[in-house]
Amino acid sequence: MLVNTIHGEMDDSLLVKKEGSLDNDIESTTWVEYWLDDVLVHRSVHVTLKTSPLSALEAASIG
Amino acid sequence: MANSQSMVTSFLGKVLTGTHNFGVAPVRATTAADTFRAALLLASGTFNANSANYTGTVGSVTMSGEVSGTNYTAGGVVITNLDVPASQNSSPTAGVGYWTPSSSVIYSNVTLSTSFDAVMIYNVTQGSAGAYPAVSIHTFGAQTITAGNFTLTMPGNTTSTALIRLSTT
Repeated sequence: MLVNTIHGEMDDSLLVKKEGSLDNDIESTTWVEYWLDDVLVHRSVHVTLKTSPLSALEAASIG
Repeated sequence: MANSQSMVTSFLGKVLTGTHNFGVAPVRATTAADTFRAALLLASGTFNANSANYTGTVGSVTMSGEVSGTNYTAGGVVITNLDVPASQNSSPTAGVGYWTPSSSVIYSNVTLSTSFDAVMIYNVTQGSAGAYPAVSIHTFGAQTITAGNFTLTMPGNTTSTALIRLSTT
C-alpha cells in the first residue's frame, strides 16, 4: 500500500507502522504513524467527539 | 392541569435558525443557512467563552493562535450542514434545541507541526475579514499531523450529545 509521506508516496513495506488510541468521556481517538529510519514521515489522526458543553437557558419568574 | 413556567422548546430550535430577534440583526439576503467553518486552534492558545470572533481572514491570513502548515487554509474548512436544527421536549418545563454538522470535518494531506487541541466553529456568512462571529470551541487531546489527514467526526445529533445544544432545565 502506498502511504503519503514527507518524501511523497512510499510503499508501506519500507516503513515502520505505529498505531495508538485514546478513549475518554470527551473523545475516541486513533492515530497511525509511519517511520523511516527513526524519522516520522506520516501521522494521521481521527478524533470522534462524544459530546459537547451544554448551554442552559431559563425563563425567569415575574414578580 | 396547571400552567408551567418554561422556555418554549420550539424557541430553542428557532434561536438556532435566527427566527427570533430581540435586538438588531443583520439583514439577510436569503433564507438559506449560513456558511460555517472550523478552524484548528494551537494548544498554546487561550480561546474560551470570551472569544467572540474568528479574527483572521478566511483563505489568506490565519488568526493569532490558529494552526498553520502545509495544505492548511487560513480559517480552516467549511462545515457540511445538511441537517436543520431540531428541538425536543423532555418535560412540561424542559427541552433541548440542538444541531450537529452532517459530516466529519476533514483536513486532508496537511502537516501541522505545532500541537493543537481545539476547533473553533464560526460563521462566515454573517462576518467579514477580521471579525467572523464565533459559535463554539471544542477541545480534544493535543495532536500534530505529518503529511496526513486530521479527521474530526461529530458526536451523534441527539438531545444529549449534539455539537450545539441549548437546554432548559
